[in-house]
Amino acid sequence: MAGGAEAAWLSVEIEQRERELRGLREQLAAVLAEEHGGAAQQGAGAVDADFPAKLPPLPAQAALSPADILRYSRQLVLPELGVRGQLLLARSSVLVVGCGGLGCPLAQYLAAAGVGRLGLVDHDVVETSNLHRQVLHGEARRGFPKAASAAAALRQLNSTVQYVPYCGALTPRSALQLVQQYDVVADCSDNVPTRYLVNDACVLAGKPLVSGSALRLEGQLVVYNYHGGPCYRCLFPKPPPPETVTNCADGGVLGVVPGIMGCIQALEVLKIISGMGSSFNQFMLMFDAQEGRFRNIKLRPKKSDCAVCGDNPSVTCLQDYEAFCGSSATDKCRTLHLLSSKDRISVEEYKKLLDEQVPHVLLDVRPKVEVNICRLEHAVHIPLSKLEEKDEECMEYLEKIIFEEKQRTDGQTSFPVYVVCKLGNDSQKAVRILQELPVKEFGPVLAKDIKGGLMTWASRIDPTFPQY
Amino acid sequence: MAAPVSLQVEFGGGAELLFDGVKKHQVTLPSQPEPWDIRNLLKWIKQNLLKERPELFMQGESVRPGILVLINDADWELMGELDYKLQDQDNVLFISTLHGG
Ligand SMILES: [Zn+2]
Repeated sequence: MAGGAEAAWLSVEIEQRERELRGLREQLAAVLAEEHGGAAQQGAGAVDADFPAKLPPLPAQAALSPADILRYSRQLVLPELGVRGQLLLARSSVLVVGCGGLGCPLAQYLAAAGVGRLGLVDHDVVETSNLHRQVLHGEARRGFPKAASAAAALRQLNSTVQYVPYCGALTPRSALQLVQQYDVVADCSDNVPTRYLVNDACVLAGKPLVSGSALRLEGQLVVYNYHGGPCYRCLFPKPPPPETVTNCADGGVLGVVPGIMGCIQALEVLKIISGMGSSFNQFMLMFDAQEGRFRNIKLRPKKSDCAVCGDNPSVTCLQDYEAFCGSSATDKCRTLHLLSSKDRISVEEYKKLLDEQVPHVLLDVRPKVEVNICRLEHAVHIPLSKLEEKDEECMEYLEKIIFEEKQRTDGQTSFPVYVVCKLGNDSQKAVRILQELPVKEFGPVLAKDIKGGLMTWASRIDPTFPQY
Repeated sequence: MAAPVSLQVEFGGGAELLFDGVKKHQVTLPSQPEPWDIRNLLKWIKQNLLKERPELFMQGESVRPGILVLINDADWELMGELDYKLQDQDNVLFISTLHGG
């Protein structure tokens, strides 16, 4: 018991120190970003930056230096690239929107290949759960802005490339001005509003857009707005309903999958700027990692009635993309508010109830794969999907558990069932279902959800409980 | 009477999660007076394969925004969309677009 308390206390202390360290790292990164960004970062804060007015043009280079020849020799001997192609790379600038799972490998190969300038946009900071796929960031740079962290890593790889980190979100206010200063844009973002924003900015600025995406074990890639081909809106005139969009935190992603897609994006960028041309104009590349299969899909041509690239465009300047898509321009998990506060309890209230040994059932409604990661010992597990389909076996099991626990009470009042999930969204949906349970079989049940779920339990009650 | 039509119907990009996680379905559409087109196929899928939450897959008589329909590895827009007349052994793929990175 004493050992347990000490361990808990130590964990809290460690967390406190780590928070302090994170703060210091952020300050350092902000200072570094300002220093390295130079003129580019003028007037810009570390976050939500007002992006730069104008970058100086890249110096025209007539010939490769001996150092360049040595460095790039293995690709210089390719007839498809040659000296001419290498000089074109050195004269080109590429804007990388998102320094995550796609942006890291993409930027790495573009820097290694000797692109002239890389703009690196990201509003986020490096977190531990990023490291499995965002391979430019390391443990030591947790808490750093990703754009600054990526620039620092790339500088070690190839110091002859110019890196311009933008530690803020791409916004409708800044995007066009930024995109205009680059030759090609790579969309490595993680959310729907940003994808429409980047597309429209590229169409308005007349820049090719190499767009990649990945989730779970699949990836997709298309080159938009290139040589008269379609744009993102030609393919997707209407944004998907927000509830159908899954992010990497909810859906999961195997790190190497965005790695593969980011590498192919880098390849297409290199082919475009070196004059070889892209293979994915009016084609989509689909990658299924589980089957080990790549598929090339022939797409529609540019649409004459497209809202932004069509003959009579209705989008002639950048708009409010979060409103257009009904979702926010981050990949952070959404917070649902389905239930009123009387149907919810806080983690603190639940802890108190546990300590007082109040009879109840704790129902964990996460998918099995997440329960295998971590769970509260006393919880009963029925995934939300089984509740939604009223799976017979599961409903009987629930009825049995409630009946057994009820024996420990006087049976006078409604029996409490508390529902928990990872973040407190699914648990609300489950409470809705439990509220409809037939009283005949289950008896009166009082269902409530635990606000913020197990992740809030981990941060506020039990620091030894894993976060994922 | 149109003869029965055998198809390979595939789901990807997460759309398969609405179909018990199964990506590939061998489907035989029964013979009917009208020839089978994509419009009828969607109705058939809704009744026979799609167990619940149809709004995550369909909107009206078509697929919801964000799902791309591919017929024999080509965008359905090139093939007549809902009016495309299905041929025996066609491959129809419904792919949800990904946004993660
Ligand atoms: Zn368009």
